[in-house]
Amino acid sequence: MNGVPLAAYLGLSMFMFTTGVVGVIIRRNPIVIFMCIELMLNAVNLAFLSFARYRFATEGHTLAQGMSGPMMVIFVMAVAAAEVAVGLGIIMAIYRLKEEVDVDDLNLIKG
Amino acid sequence: MKITPELIVFAMLAGPAALGAVGVVASKSAVRSALCLVFNFFLLAFLYFSLNMELLGISQIMVYAGAIMVLFVFVIMLLNPKLLEEKRDLKRPIGLLFGFVLFGLLASQILPATINVDAAPVVNQVGSPQLIGDALFTSYVFPFEVVSILLLVGVVGSVFLAKKRTP
Repeated sequence: MNGVPLAAYLGLSMFMFTTGVVGVIIRRNPIVIFMCIELMLNAVNLAFLSFARYRFATEGHTLAQGMSGPMMVIFVMAVAAAEVAVGLGIIMAIYRLKEEVDVDDLNLIKG
Repeated sequence: MKITPELIVFAMLAGPAALGAVGVVASKSAVRSALCLVFNFFLLAFLYFSLNMELLGISQIMVYAGAIMVLFVFVIMLLNPKLLEEKRDLKRPIGLLFGFVLFGLLASQILPATINVDAAPVVNQVGSPQLIGDALFTSYVFPFEVVSILLLVGVVGSVFLAKKRTP
């Protein structure tokens, strides 16, 4: 959008990323931790797309340079879908084994 | 920095999106976190529209707000709905402090350099479905195939993890 500086998009992206990091640190519910990881991935997607729009889709850049941002976002989305499916499967398996899913009390692979 | 109508529209999208992000971390129940996240993803899709990325905005709604969040809500439903007691321990102030420091560090480095970068006219419509499809099946065909294999492995792996062990 004309009239919106790149810093506005990057500021929102950084805020979402930081919120995700804080959530991963302070929460103990593994499902919420997964949601915070999704939040971080989306923050990075927003940064990719705003750079693609503000820097690499404009005069003086080739089409291949402009495409790399949207392509990265597509692959991040695909990897996130696979990651969520496997991660939630692991949480289900742990729950079936231990009847609890508190990340502070899980020490299955402790020697 | 001048207040333009576009900036007001951006603030109306970005402010609630930031609140949704905070709600994911701050709310006690996991279902409420999931709903905050859906809200955030929806507004993010509209921000993608504002960046001329139509296809990615649509896939954001369909893949993230649709498929992935349904999976989350489904797993919350399958697990024990009793709330996990969040202990007030040392982790919380340390995490918050770390978050503030991280944000301050990133913002102080990145924002001053980009505060005056405004949107120049687009010469390549990089968000259009035609160009994305073109690039996906020509220069990015190898990552595309790798991702398809990854998704297949993910499907098989999650079925294997979620099925009941029979001795």
